[in-house]
Amino acid sequence: MNGRFGEYGGQFVAETLVGPLEELEAEYHKALLDPEFTEELDRLLKMFVGRPTPITELHRLGVTENGVKLWLKREDLTHTGAHKINNSIGQALLAHRLGKKRIIAETGAGQHGVAVAAACAYLGLDATVYMGRVDAERQAPNVQRMKLLGARVELVDLGTATLKDAINAAIREWIAHPDTTHYLLGSVVGPHPFPTIVRNFQSVIGREARAQFLEENGRLPDVVVACVGGGSNAAGMFSAFLDDPVRLVGVQAAGEGKGGDGGHAAPLLYGEPGVLQGTRTYLLQDDDGQIQLTHSIAPGLDYAGVGPEHSHYKDTGKVEYISASDDEALDAFAALSAHEGIVPALESAHAVAGALKVARGCEPGSTVLVNLSGRGDKDLTSAMAALKQREENSR
Amino acid sequence: MKRLEQTFTDNRVKEETTLVAYITSGYPSLGETVGLIRAAVDAGADVIELGVPFSDPLGDGPVIQATGQAALDTGTTTAATIDVVAEARAAGVEAPIVLMGYCNPFLRYGLTQLYDDARTAGADGFVVPDLPVSEGGPWLERARAADLGQAFFAAPGSSPERIAASSAASRGFLYVLAANGVTGVRSELDPGIDAYLERVRAAGDTPMAVGFGISRPEHVAALHGRTDGVIVGSALLRAVGEARDAAGRRRAVTELVSSLKAATR
Ligand SMILES: Cc1ncc(COP(=O)(O)O)c(C=O)c1O
Repeated sequence: MNGRFGEYGGQFVAETLVGPLEELEAEYHKALLDPEFTEELDRLLKMFVGRPTPITELHRLGVTENGVKLWLKREDLTHTGAHKINNSIGQALLAHRLGKKRIIAETGAGQHGVAVAAACAYLGLDATVYMGRVDAERQAPNVQRMKLLGARVELVDLGTATLKDAINAAIREWIAHPDTTHYLLGSVVGPHPFPTIVRNFQSVIGREARAQFLEENGRLPDVVVACVGGGSNAAGMFSAFLDDPVRLVGVQAAGEGKGGDGGHAAPLLYGEPGVLQGTRTYLLQDDDGQIQLTHSIAPGLDYAGVGPEHSHYKDTGKVEYISASDDEALDAFAALSAHEGIVPALESAHAVAGALKVARGCEPGSTVLVNLSGRGDKDLTSAMAALKQREENSR
Repeated sequence: MKRLEQTFTDNRVKEETTLVAYITSGYPSLGETVGLIRAAVDAGADVIELGVPFSDPLGDGPVIQATGQAALDTGTTTAATIDVVAEARAAGVEAPIVLMGYCNPFLRYGLTQLYDDARTAGADGFVVPDLPVSEGGPWLERARAADLGQAFFAAPGSSPERIAASSAASRGFLYVLAANGVTGVRSELDPGIDAYLERVRAAGDTPMAVGFGISRPEHVAALHGRTDGVIVGSALLRAVGEARDAAGRRRAVTELVSSLKAATR
């Protein structure tokens, strides 16, 4: 690992963190070669997380209008309800090996926070989760779950009080206690080696999905779609298809749907490369290099940066990045619930919305595999309110 | 670079600790910054570290975060900060001025342009807290070309090899982080600091300046002979923030810097 994805990635951090990052990388490599670690991880993924998760064929969405077959990879069915747990379990085991009993983490949607809290409760580690106050308000059920699972939740009031600010708070805390604390970063962002480690822990999604799809269909899907906030569920999903003749599509949050005029969280569509939170990647920034405000109805996508590997895939064209607006995500949220019996997370609803756009341009008979990264229980209050608001506005 | 090196050399000869005063550019306003720099230098600051505000200053605690945000709110940019340096020179400030800022605004400005413009304005170097030596190659190249300083960092947990690498790469001085954590006022120096500073001293010849948590004359006095320089930031900005008007802010800088300076001998 050299920590670069083309010209992206790297380790732009305070000197205080360089040692701990080197230690983490070294331990990660040792762990991969240690059957005790890999067997324990596999066992926990099976017996605690509930893997493998199935794939599910849709009967109406995409089919009725476009004759395209949509399949979902069901990360919503993991314990705690989102893909985040795959990485949390892996890193918690690593922290255990490093002898670090105190875990800190950031969370946006609260799914990573809940996954960390659950993993730490199960493995006997102490967990503190940083969460922007705005996100805590819009994902209240997850705040309660984290507390019930024994984690301390620290609300962050800085900046926009969302994911980026929670990451800032967690990094500052790590700088203060680098020797005793492991920062359990929840996406493929931040300094090397996090983007690689998190992607590798999430690659189980792609490995399973590819084999399952082949088994069910006797062939690979034509298109694979995932939502991209930091980019971990997408990176894990795509990792299994990089050498296949499969179109890969990442869906970012178009927010208010004003294109590049602000009110979105789509750095891969409208950003410029820069350095934020330890890594060089596409960012939403102004002419002076200040990080800009973002907006998405999905807190897990509401971030001004993105994993450096995605920036590289954007430049090379390996992955296409499109966007879905708040409205389109809400439509998909409602449609998947009513027509297929599955309530998706608002983040994952962006992937479904993106897949439906892709399906419109596909030949009938094509197959599209969508990573349904999480379930929507956490979003019921805010999604129902938004749907009601929309109804009122349209009267 | 020469002016920066000379400052540390002169003070070493005099057996005085070089006093580096950190001021956030544009706090509380761009109009006051040169006056505050002047006040610090007139009261005995040997070097000015001028902070370029950034929206996400990961190395900074609440005091400096707040000053940076206030500066951004009044429109302070990297370009405006470089202008402040030029104005300070025009106003007769002769002390070395190093610019402290995070990677992103500097990269956005463009490294070649940045180092050229900083040099033209009369700046003496850069301190970039989210730039470890391993990522510093292109920056050092610009610093060399523009004959400017470039401080890298040592941290309490840095291995001897890393401290040696940071020291060797640094131009002007090595920034020695006094403690883990972000910037901020601390009441006590870390009890293990003497052994740590000896390790840093043994790792290279580059002058060392200790910062993070240094806020009182007692701290400065306790470090005499153990480091070439000390850096005071949050304490100074807190004093500035507590004063009521522009004259009070200059007076606050004068008072604190004078008392710190007295402890450098
Ligand atoms: C269900 C769900 N999907 C997606 C994301 C976005 O993260 P990533 O892009 O890293 O997968 C989140 C983040 O909180 C999430 O909770």
